Amino acid sequence: ILSYPRHPVLKKRDDFEDVLEERRRSSDLRYALRCYTPTLYKGLVPCKVSVLKSIVLQSDHLQCVIKQVSSESGDSTECVAEEASLILDEMAHRMQLSTVRFFVFTLSKAFKRLFRSVCVNEEGIQRLQQAVQEHPVVLLPSHRSYMDFLMMSYLLYMFDLPLPVIAAGMDFMSMKFIGEMLRMSGAFFIRRSFGGDKLYWAVFSEYVKTMLRKGYAPIEFFLEGTRSRTCKSLTPKTGLLNIVMEPFFKGELFDVSLVPVSISYERVLEESLYARELLGVPKPKESTSGLLKARRVLSEDYGSMHVYFGHPVSVRSLAEGKIKRSQYNLLPRYIPQKPSVDTHEFLNDAAFRLVRIQEENMVLKPWVLIATLLLQNPDGMDLSSLTEQTDWLRHLALAFGAFLDWPDHEACSEVISCSLALHRRLLSVSAGHVQLSVTDAPQVETTPEEAVFQRAVVVLSCASYRNQILHVFLRPALLAVAMQSANSSRKDDIYNCFNFLRNMFSNEFILCPGDSVQDFEEACYLLMKRGVLQVLEHEIVMSASGQSTLAFLCSVLDPFLQGYQVVCRYLCEETNENLTEKEFIPAVRSFCFVSLSSDLQKNALAALLRLKAVRKVKV
Amino acid sequence: MASNSSSSAQQRLRIIAGHLQKRPEEENASVAAQECKAEAPRSEPSSATPVPRRRQEIMKWNGWGYSDSRFLFNKKGQAEFTGKRYRLSGLILPSLKDWFEGTFGANLQHRSPATPSLNLSAVAPPHLNQPFVEDLKAAGLSVSHDPEDRVFRAHGHCLHEVFALREGRIGRVPDVVVWPSCHNDVEKIVELACKHNVCLIPYGGGTSVSSALECPREETRSIVSLDTSQMNRILWIDEKNLTAHVEAGIIGQDLERQLNERGYCTGHEPDSMEFSSLGGWVATRASGMKKNIYGNIEDLVVHIKMVTPRGVIEKSCLGPRMSTGPDIHHFILGSEGTLGVVTEVTLKIRPIPEYQKYGSVVFPNFQQGVACLREVARQRCAPASIRLMDNEQFQFGHALKPQVSSIFTSFLDGLKKFYITKFKGFDPHHLCVATLLFEGDRGKVLQHEKQVYDIAAKFGGLAAGEDNGQRGYMLTFVIAYLRDLGMDYYVIGESFETSVPWDRVLDLCRNVKERIVRECKERGVQFPPLSTCRVTQTYDAGACVYFYFAFNYRGLSDPVHIYEQVEHAAREEILANGGSLSHHHGVGKLRKEWMKESVSGVGLGMLKSVKEYVDPQNIFGNGNLL
Repeated sequence: ILSYPRHPVLKKRDDFEDVLEERRRSSDLRYALRCYTPTLYKGLVPCKVSVLKSIVLQSDHLQCVIKQVSSESGDSTECVAEEASLILDEMAHRMQLSTVRFFVFTLSKAFKRLFRSVCVNEEGIQRLQQAVQEHPVVLLPSHRSYMDFLMMSYLLYMFDLPLPVIAAGMDFMSMKFIGEMLRMSGAFFIRRSFGGDKLYWAVFSEYVKTMLRKGYAPIEFFLEGTRSRTCKSLTPKTGLLNIVMEPFFKGELFDVSLVPVSISYERVLEESLYARELLGVPKPKESTSGLLKARRVLSEDYGSMHVYFGHPVSVRSLAEGKIKRSQYNLLPRYIPQKPSVDTHEFLNDAAFRLVRIQEENMVLKPWVLIATLLLQNPDGMDLSSLTEQTDWLRHLALAFGAFLDWPDHEACSEVISCSLALHRRLLSVSAGHVQLSVTDAPQVETTPEEAVFQRAVVVLSCASYRNQILHVFLRPALLAVAMQSANSSRKDDIYNCFNFLRNMFSNEFILCPGDSVQDFEEACYLLMKRGVLQVLEHEIVMSASGQSTLAFLCSVLDPFLQGYQVVCRYLCEETNENLTEKEFIPAVRSFCFVSLSSDLQKNALAALLRLKAVRKVKV
Repeated sequence: MASNSSSSAQQRLRIIAGHLQKRPEEENASVAAQECKAEAPRSEPSSATPVPRRRQEIMKWNGWGYSDSRFLFNKKGQAEFTGKRYRLSGLILPSLKDWFEGTFGANLQHRSPATPSLNLSAVAPPHLNQPFVEDLKAAGLSVSHDPEDRVFRAHGHCLHEVFALREGRIGRVPDVVVWPSCHNDVEKIVELACKHNVCLIPYGGGTSVSSALECPREETRSIVSLDTSQMNRILWIDEKNLTAHVEAGIIGQDLERQLNERGYCTGHEPDSMEFSSLGGWVATRASGMKKNIYGNIEDLVVHIKMVTPRGVIEKSCLGPRMSTGPDIHHFILGSEGTLGVVTEVTLKIRPIPEYQKYGSVVFPNFQQGVACLREVARQRCAPASIRLMDNEQFQFGHALKPQVSSIFTSFLDGLKKFYITKFKGFDPHHLCVATLLFEGDRGKVLQHEKQVYDIAAKFGGLAAGEDNGQRGYMLTFVIAYLRDLGMDYYVIGESFETSVPWDRVLDLCRNVKERIVRECKERGVQFPPLSTCRVTQTYDAGACVYFYFAFNYRGLSDPVHIYEQVEHAAREEILANGGSLSHHHGVGKLRKEWMKESVSGVGLGMLKSVKEYVDPQNIFGNGNLL
């Protein structure tokens, strides 16, 4: 199910429909109050929120951990049990239909102001409707904006699907009122880090598993763990994935359906916020007053939004031949067990593949192509050559299987000017020349640092759009760079180079571990089909006409290569012996300010650690 | 001669003989312990036992059980059961047709009849080892290479075996059948087999469901089927120690009947007890319905004698338990004919219980039922037998209700149904039934009964009468006949079993049933299959679960293959859910591939090294287990 077709280009995708259209025609209030009769899971054991809590607290698993913790800490079991109960109170959702209806009403209003359209693939909804009845469902949306989970619940309500319970970060809880509202619309809250806290982990995992086993509601969480500030998919986390898969591994459920959902925005609401964050301006703390201040957001045009519900992935078929479920036979199932090495590998692999599905089903707007080109031409481009190159790039992207939302019957120049208009905050157009720039420029006196900072904000904002299409070009680009640096046309040499690059960038991009050969072959295939390369038995030869494509692909990876080089140079030249991890990012930033986002720096350091070029010493 | 003691002994003999009036011809053979051939040649062994050498004379050659007993749909489309042997015999089953058509999407117009008789030309000529056969004959042993005899002993009752016979397809069959009549005969046969290097396959009741009797395809030697059916005497009964020494070829119903006549029983009642033999029970680690009182076969045996190529293996005394290293009985129990032939067994016996009572309980759903059985096991108060059928099997059981004779009974039935479904609110598509059998002193039985019903009530169970209980147990004897009926109308099926810890019973049942349904769908089976289970035994630490699986195969080109793939998947599912490879059917050749996984590499190696020592020439080459 998760294996990629050899010819990714032929991938068929569903059509979209705009769900806001209907909203613009009829009353939101009546809509929010309409009769909601969701399709239900066939094995559903209905239970109330309070009953759910007591089931969790009474569970063998939790009781076992409570005893363990009590004997380790010396506290009485009652005391530990009390603590568990408090943790659960802090965590648990309190879903109420009335709150959901309130959200439906306000969100209808908000969405209509923010977006021109919200497009959903209805076939995906139908598949989900089917899946929801058969097995417990886990929804796995991509995470680019706070909007994501609001939109998810909104859509599920709209299509009479059961409302999900959503794993949300604790940060929201600091927003007093909103936090509680979210809780009542199905969010449950988990602390960002609870590494060694056995009791917390037990409460949390048992809570999620209980809801899954009872078929209480679809569970929704973000594989990426947090919003991606760069619009590039983040390396997935496997903790929650393990929790939702375990009931299948242990035979408590026949199967679990994982539904990857790709949510793409023409303009991300948090666009410039993210860029600032990446440059070291701390993330504004989530607060209700902050939210009210952010009302300004409502007055802007964010274009369209696409939500693509992917094919449900059965955990059973995913695990077929990979997980020996009988490994759980010899221990009572309530005793917590760390995932075995095999299981861990499986989880990791599955997580990567699911994120890849998310990536593939992300809708790309024309602006993404334009941003890519503008970033490669820092001095700007003539509108005519921009049009020409965008059209060229569009065909290349389509040939590589991009899910491009390009208006069918419009002239290329028309499409481009529309896109430029929507993103006018990031660029300037004068006399037919397009350039990235700061449009709120008329501030009188800016220090050079501020000017550089402003510019960096624009570049990083723009990069977040380019990043959306990276997964399309990534493999051919790695091959292009490998060919350039291998200095040989022997296939082996090029592959080694490719493999090295792939390895180095595996914190930066979503590259499924162990798929090196497939990725290489896919890249060869795509470029061969494009007439860029000839792949012989032992050699790879560039065709005469392929020069421009290869050059483009190389420059796609260029900023990343340069960034990693800067980090390496910094580590070689500047560093004293005891650089702490905390100091690292500000230090690199001051070493070379321009175009380095903290995200890239972190990834580079992680890669160097992984490749054992840098050693981490515990102090 | 006329001493007191000898005359009192004679008097006792006369009295016992009096007890045995019904079967006087057995008197000699049964009461006295004596060397078999030399002193007590049996006049007509075949008339003394329901298992004649030519089994095909009374039993079906291509289906289950007696030739005179079978299900059929009569001209009016009503199901009936022929013959006179069973309680159901001669009765009309009015609702079976609807259940059958509704469950399988089958149609009485679409028939798939079996080949009426064995086509002798389809049987390959025997590959005889002449010197061996001559030596056998010289030793005075009864030998046959008649094709019918050979075909009959080439199969058990796996679906693929019976299906092939019905289509008239005959594979490799034994080349010779030999009937020893006592331990010494077996010793002689094994000795000759070693001398001439032929392959011996012991044959008891022929009820195997693990492909254990199939001749290995790769076997090039002459294959000899050693039919133990004529070794069927009770050699002695020891009333002081409550043991009986019995030849291993005796079949369950004969053993039980003969002991009953003397006021005793073994209490060992596997579902196949009409046909399966004592030696077969030992060789497969059989389990009986009433094991809660009497124990499984390993608890019942006190002493086993087995002839192996190395010689005879047995213990030197009849002590009830020993600490003399690993118990050698456990090399024999479950050896599935790979090490030798079990010839004589000393078994525990019990006085016939004073009182027997059936019972049944209806539960609102299967979960509650399992929870009740678990509680019963926890309190260690399980009746002789307690079984829990799921909803599908409950409905199946209902379809087998014979025509009611009086309006009153049918009115009562209606009333009961109304009470359970309307008054008590049980959903007829979820409720399930436990059947019970109590045995013992009358007083104790009644007390015991109350205890069990009290527990059941805690789990929402309602007592549902003796009749339902009794019918439930009767079903186990006729269900194998029903498969033949299904096969007449494009329906094939089989049962398989496992044992599993209590906490996994529900999950395993649900997952395996669902896996079966899903696998069938994926393999193009048009109509959803019957996929049902029941919990048939309770233990301290778990339960035995039995699955029935059947489907309509119209439109499928290779139904048996599909059946086997689905059963294979179901077994994988069982193992993945913490179930065992087998509770009592054994491994045979059908489940061999999972042996290593089940007992570990070292475990398998141990078994192999025993085989290597005991039978280096692989004389017992049926290829089971290892």
